[in-house]
Amino acid sequence: MTTKKFMFVNRKAPYGTVYALESLEVVLISAAFDQDVSLAFIDDGVYQITKGQDTTGIGQKNFSKAYQALGDYDINKLYVEKESLTERGLTLDDLMALTWEDEDDDYTEKPSIHLVDRAAMSAIMADQEVVFSF
Amino acid sequence: MKFTLMINEGPYQHQSSDTALQFARAVLEKGHQIYRVFFYHDGVNNGTRLSVPPQGDRQLQKEWSVLAKAHDLDLVICIAAAQRRGLMDANEAKRQGLDADNIIEGFHISGLGQLIEGSIQSDRTIVFGD
Repeated sequence: MTTKKFMFVNRKAPYGTVYALESLEVVLISAAFDQDVSLAFIDDGVYQITKGQDTTGIGQKNFSKAYQALGDYDINKLYVEKESLTERGLTLDDLMALTWEDEDDDYTEKPSIHLVDRAAMSAIMADQEVVFSF
Repeated sequence: MKFTLMINEGPYQHQSSDTALQFARAVLEKGHQIYRVFFYHDGVNNGTRLSVPPQGDRQLQKEWSVLAKAHDLDLVICIAAAQRRGLMDANEAKRQGLDADNIIEGFHISGLGQLIEGSIQSDRTIVFGD
């Protein structure tokens, strides 16, 4: 099957609307198709991968752990927009340490998150063949 | 050119399902092909046959159904999104032990793989959403 560059753009907070959860469902399915998959986190989407999420007060399932499984599905290009973090008073330290194991490099654990500025994000998006925006 | 469309918002609530319908018509008019239309999130509500909009208003679900029939379109409602929102075809209603189904003719229920496969097969994937 053809391999295409797929990007999933996550723009919304993890709770409050169902977009983030249902986006993650598409991302996980896409892993079964052997495509070149990357994720972008911009605007409130950066909250999706913050550490220490606690949903007990809102009666919803905390699905943030599912992002930690992405590396096992060879989804290891998670681009986070710097400006979106800064605008929200967040830094890389506020995000979960998402990693993957590089089987071509003795299974070394490598970070999946790549901080990029707005201009770089724009260039990465322009390079994609299929862009889903949530 | 071959298109796959993804529709992520509900009819009447949001402009995006109107825009998608108009885009689909324009694409077909220009002689292009629509490989698949995939309904996700509240977009699945575009596939109910129980919508009764006020007289004089557009009838989005029916218009999709008519367009599908005229052009043999593949209109797919995501099963995971549909189950959450109570959209059922006869098979799914039976499987879930429910007493009714509500899908309009021309739509069918299938999995998210149909969206990814559609995007692989198509020259362009266009997302209509918020």
